[in-house]
Amino acid sequence: MEEIWNALGRALSFGTPLLLASLGAVINERAGVVNLGVEGMMAVGALAGFAVAYGSGAGDGNLYFAVAAAAGAGVLASLLHAFAAITLRANQFVSGLALTMIGLGVAGLLGKRFEGFPLFNQAPEWPFTVGVVLLALGLAFVLAYTRLGLVLRSVGENPAAADALGIDVVRVRYLAVAFGGALAGLAGAFLSLAYRPSWTDGMTVGLGWIAVALVIFVGWSPLRAIGGAVFFGLLYYLQFRLQGQSGIPTEFFAAMPYLLVIVVLALAGLRRVQGAAPEALGQPYQRGER
Amino acid sequence: MASTILQLSGITKRFPGVVANDRVDLELKEGEVLALLGENGAGKSTLVSILYGLYRPDEGEIRIEGQPVQIASPAHALRLGIGLVPQHPLLVGRHTVAENLALGVGRFWFPAQRMVPLIEQLARSYGLEVDPHARVHQLSPGEKQRIEILRALLRGARVLILDEPTSVLTPLEAEALFRVMRELRSAGKSLIFISHKLDEVLAIADRVSVLRRGKVVGELPVAEATKPRLAELMVGRSVSFERKRAEPRLGPALLEVRGLQARSSRGLPALRDVSFSLRQGEVLGVAGVAGNGQSELVEVLSGLRRAEAGTLSLEGKPLVPDPARLFEMGVAHIPEDRIRMGTVPPMPVSENLALREYRKPPLARGFFRDLAAYEQRAKAQVQQYAIATPSPSTPTRLLSGGNIQKVILARELAGSARLILAVHPTYGLDVGATEQVHQILLEKTYQGAGVLLVSEDLDEILALADRVAVLYQGRLQGPFEVGSLTREEIGLLMTGSSLPTGQGGAA
Repeated sequence: MEEIWNALGRALSFGTPLLLASLGAVINERAGVVNLGVEGMMAVGALAGFAVAYGSGAGDGNLYFAVAAAAGAGVLASLLHAFAAITLRANQFVSGLALTMIGLGVAGLLGKRFEGFPLFNQAPEWPFTVGVVLLALGLAFVLAYTRLGLVLRSVGENPAAADALGIDVVRVRYLAVAFGGALAGLAGAFLSLAYRPSWTDGMTVGLGWIAVALVIFVGWSPLRAIGGAVFFGLLYYLQFRLQGQSGIPTEFFAAMPYLLVIVVLALAGLRRVQGAAPEALGQPYQRGER
Repeated sequence: MASTILQLSGITKRFPGVVANDRVDLELKEGEVLALLGENGAGKSTLVSILYGLYRPDEGEIRIEGQPVQIASPAHALRLGIGLVPQHPLLVGRHTVAENLALGVGRFWFPAQRMVPLIEQLARSYGLEVDPHARVHQLSPGEKQRIEILRALLRGARVLILDEPTSVLTPLEAEALFRVMRELRSAGKSLIFISHKLDEVLAIADRVSVLRRGKVVGELPVAEATKPRLAELMVGRSVSFERKRAEPRLGPALLEVRGLQARSSRGLPALRDVSFSLRQGEVLGVAGVAGNGQSELVEVLSGLRRAEAGTLSLEGKPLVPDPARLFEMGVAHIPEDRIRMGTVPPMPVSENLALREYRKPPLARGFFRDLAAYEQRAKAQVQQYAIATPSPSTPTRLLSGGNIQKVILARELAGSARLILAVHPTYGLDVGATEQVHQILLEKTYQGAGVLLVSEDLDEILALADRVAVLYQGRLQGPFEVGSLTREEIGLLMTGSSLPTGQGGAA
């Protein structure tokens, strides 16, 4: 019994950043922009959060500021992608991949001086977990029942139609990408402030990639993302649990999340989840191209 | 005397190399239907784009109720009271009707839900029946068009531009549209009806303006208009509406299709127990509203889609689901989408012409291509089919629609075509190019080939076909001898109604 509760608790710990990041990605993808830079934005957010919380070294930084800084860093990073993908109409996949590499690289470089120092003013996990579940519910409602949601979905489905009705497609997409960046940054903050209050290079351990896959797995639905995040969180926990107890090389376990992503996406493909993708997903919008 | 709501004077729009609109004057009065008639390339679309804020005119002035305006964008046009019902609806397919109509005007909370009563009220007052909760992608073209009309009305449009609205409709749906247009007119709305179909213009319009090569060449009340007069104004010469069809010399059966079943790409049944035969020298027209199985039928016959059941044979030999081998057997395919499916637009004309036979000599010499042979062959075909291209090495995307279509015809008919699958072969082509394409197809039938002509244009089918069959929800009605059915009867079959018994016996 104890074991099961423990497992669920750990699943929530992994599930929280997953859900945060994938909710953000759901929003920017529903507006038609794929952002594969989640992992990079998480890393930047994790570092920014830690740096602010760390303060002068005595753990005297304000945690609220730290969380805000993480979100802000995520937004800044995401704007790089937005500029390339929306304004310059670059290939969204390439630009997103570049953002992941830039984010991981910059965070690794700037984070050198924090490496190995613990954070004394650790943040609790539960506000993140409770907050993200409420956020998922809220986003599902906003998407379905408000003008904001309608505009966002229309821009992702048929930007030409939205444009013809006077909706500023570029602005909507920028805001959606920035929102995705903010949530990815918060996911990073969860890692560096609450889950493992410290900074280590590569501490996002592929969670950003799983978040990207999760979006497809849950069919771009914020509600289903809750269940999906718990499910992947559980798998993640099992991976760590088994790691110490068997003779299987640890490299195998390190590769597990990615293998899982492939397996789960293949299953999702079988269920034709792909059909739920926003119609204009990944396509740059240019007026006059109808 | 009704007051003038919209006035264009001296509107000129130039594009590199062409004057699309040349000092166009137009006047629209309150509560009238003005038909804008003209061939493709006459400048109708440009004029619409100017009125709807997509283009800015280079010269000239637009006045709305006497006030000069600069229309900056579609949204601005809507605010000025000008609504466009586009030829291809700009809707979000996955969303409901109410969601589509709420976009851009709805309230913050529950925009779509609050829109429903408004939609129902408007729909009742103009006879625009549509279910606000239906998903748009499930609707017929006619219903989608009604959504566009509703949208313009919801935004308070006083001027409604209908851009070739009947091109996607069945005759019955077109009748329903005309009823709506009359309702709108009596409610004081002004309508601009764009078309190149003379009968429709005569049926619905109050006045007609004819555009040719960017200029208004005539403006007359419909009472003074006749079909030949309008056609002459439109084309610039007197036009014959008869297709010269030599007496068909029908040979033995060419294509036999028995009990054909196939599914659409979405996995739904698209063809249900389709059986027919096509004889040598015959043109068999397949009428029907798009999406009733026409694409699947042609895909199966051209080897692009597997049949689930049924037998297919060409001159006794079974058809295999392999486009290349079918071409060897004499199946030519003129696909629906000439740009995306029929050609590789960035590739030169000579290479597009070679796409069927590039593997064989003289085009191939072992592993290599014989570029001189490409050039030589292309030159011959360009001449034979009168393809207007600067040179064989010009990228195909630079050609006009009619010339792209001739490239496809040249390529597909180069082999010994026995069965020609022609899908909307003249869609979007002007009268001249249409005539040429029809001539090429008829030529082939004199040489014993059979043509399966899939078209949404009933006039085309009635002009060319010997027999006509109608597809509705994957079931084939007919074929019937062309003379044995009226247009109205074919229109009824296109909507799934059955004919009164004893009429139009199957041939």
